[in-house]
Amino acid sequence: MALKHKPLTFKLAVTALAMFGFGFALVPLYDVFCDLTGLNGKTAATAASADAALIDISREVVIEFIARPNKEMPWVFKPEVRRMTVHPGEIHLMNYLAENPTGRMIVGQAVPSVSPGQAALYFHKIECFCFTQQQLAGGKNMLMPLQFYVDPALPSQFSTITLSYTLYDVTSAWTGDTAASSQLGE
Amino acid sequence: MSAVVTDHEHEHHDHKPSGIKRWLYTTNHKDIGTMYLVFALIMFFIGGAMAMVIRAELFQPGMQFVEPNFFNQMTTVHGLIMVFGAVMPAFTGLANWMIPMMIGAPDMALPRMNNWSFWILPFAFLILLMSLFMPGGGPSFGWTFYAPLSTTYSGDSTALFVFSVHIMGISSIMGAINVIVTIFNLRAPGMTWMKMPLFVWTWLITAFLLIMVMPVLAGVVTMVLTDKYFGTSFFDAAGGGDPVLFQHIFWFFGHPEVYIMILPAFGIVSSIVPTFARKPLFGYASMVYATSSIALLSFLVWAHHMFTTGMPVAGALFFMYCTMLIAVPTGVKVFNWVATMWRGAMTFEVPMMFALAFIVLFTIGGFSGLMLAITPADFQYHDTYFVVAHFHYVLVTGAVFSIIAAAYYWLPKWTGHMYDEKLGQWHFWCSLISVNMLFFPMHFVGLAGMPRRIPDYALQFADFNAFISIGGFLFGASQLIFVAVLVKCARGGEKATAQVWEGAEGLEWEVPSPAPYHTFETPPVIK
Repeated sequence: MALKHKPLTFKLAVTALAMFGFGFALVPLYDVFCDLTGLNGKTAATAASADAALIDISREVVIEFIARPNKEMPWVFKPEVRRMTVHPGEIHLMNYLAENPTGRMIVGQAVPSVSPGQAALYFHKIECFCFTQQQLAGGKNMLMPLQFYVDPALPSQFSTITLSYTLYDVTSAWTGDTAASSQLGE
Repeated sequence: MSAVVTDHEHEHHDHKPSGIKRWLYTTNHKDIGTMYLVFALIMFFIGGAMAMVIRAELFQPGMQFVEPNFFNQMTTVHGLIMVFGAVMPAFTGLANWMIPMMIGAPDMALPRMNNWSFWILPFAFLILLMSLFMPGGGPSFGWTFYAPLSTTYSGDSTALFVFSVHIMGISSIMGAINVIVTIFNLRAPGMTWMKMPLFVWTWLITAFLLIMVMPVLAGVVTMVLTDKYFGTSFFDAAGGGDPVLFQHIFWFFGHPEVYIMILPAFGIVSSIVPTFARKPLFGYASMVYATSSIALLSFLVWAHHMFTTGMPVAGALFFMYCTMLIAVPTGVKVFNWVATMWRGAMTFEVPMMFALAFIVLFTIGGFSGLMLAITPADFQYHDTYFVVAHFHYVLVTGAVFSIIAAAYYWLPKWTGHMYDEKLGQWHFWCSLISVNMLFFPMHFVGLAGMPRRIPDYALQFADFNAFISIGGFLFGASQLIFVAVLVKCARGGEKATAQVWEGAEGLEWEVPSPAPYHTFETPPVIK
């Protein structure tokens, strides 16, 4: 009696377990999907190569910069300029100002988002402070660089791209080497 | 095989432990079905009491009775209990009672697991309800537990919430495995796929949905748990995660879940309408295909819950069209029910009344669902009482009405007594009027912009809300009549015949009423 049911019961139980795994597989799948399509305004988390394509001087694109510390992040965090007009293909350097007004070392992680989301695929960062966690000792300030260019293949309906950074306090989760941070602080 | 031997075996098997042990150790599908149904009824009243707190607070604008935090706990736990504690166990109870009898099987295929899947359920809800008494209170982030509300901003009761959802999920998955194995392996000889009663078909498809999506729910609550307590960042942007990811995974479970709560209801109505119209069901095969296509489409529409998260136009259009496509198989079903009644010799006993109300009111809920599917319009409706009206029409006048109809329909088979028809009609009419007072005006306040899940509201909504609350209290009170009917019917009443209803057809109506403890130990042969 029970023997007759074993194969099907086993298959169904395996299906349930596989679906439990699938729930977790959705996490990387979601990232891959967003990377491929540029939906969700996610930019690449690694540096783009600096050998950019030809500069298209016939076209101008406005880049707007928004920077905002998260509610629990005490740093002052702002872009040096609010907006910039660039030609696609041109490499630009942009600085963000960070200041830690507290008395303790804080580690920050900036998370970028590009709007409109479809333009995210065409916004390339050669160097960005958002690629790594940033430490800043209490009472200090620093300039955080961003080097970028806009892909000349940017579809023509986009004339303005807004780059927004949210800065999070990740001190509690920070795993970096403490010697380096004290060096930086003093 | 001689009748004498069979009778002797019956008497032998009917010995069971007495008292509480009978219920703790039972592996009998009828006992377990009864326990599921009683459990669901108790949970229906506990969840209902929370709804009464919500309606009392919303009776007038301003803060009257409860703190906002407690109000949020009420909306959250009301939803969790009604979905996982009332509707789903009630359907599982009906499946336990009826599926073996409908397919001519002696019991469920995995009776020991059946006992387990019921008995872990009370503990799941005990954990959830106990969390309300913790310092800081129970879960208050809505039954959808969106991150970061459930991760960054939730209290320590979240751990209890997660564990109780895990247990509910395991219970549902075990129940679903049992249903599938029973239907695949234990059908009586001659019971081919396309001869199965529709209740069996709809439950089979529901069980597959459960196996596909309940593990995803278990996964997403686990991610919430590790994000909150173990430093992972699935939904935390600071650590490279994404809160919108939560909504994708949750609704990947959540949308099939709403069909889990309505497909068995379709099966029930497809059983009741032919009985009281005294005609075979119109379009049996199309009913089977419609149910299957609804189940398949349910995996392709989850993001219609998330139009306002900022989706590209292509995505919004895809989910909008897929959602609207579901109206086609659902329309086929409604058409078939109406066509079954066409020129039928209809009578209007209580099960039929609830089934008729189901057809009309569920369709209203379906239409408001179509309105919500329209992406640009959804920006206006999102998170308002219009949504509350929509899903209460499909879940209360849909799922709950079908469960009540099923209870009236099969009660004579379960107890051997006819229920009190007069009291039942009172129950029906009181419920019908009050439920519409309760949920219909919610469409209006929702369209006018009243947000859901907020304990206070703007003054212009005061009259509607007072009216809605009165409807709510009346609907709650009407369900006490149902309890009276159930108790009266369990205690005694006019003896029911085996067939019970003049137009009833199917194997469950061939066994005596009340159904003996063991049925179909020798499988019947279906012609």
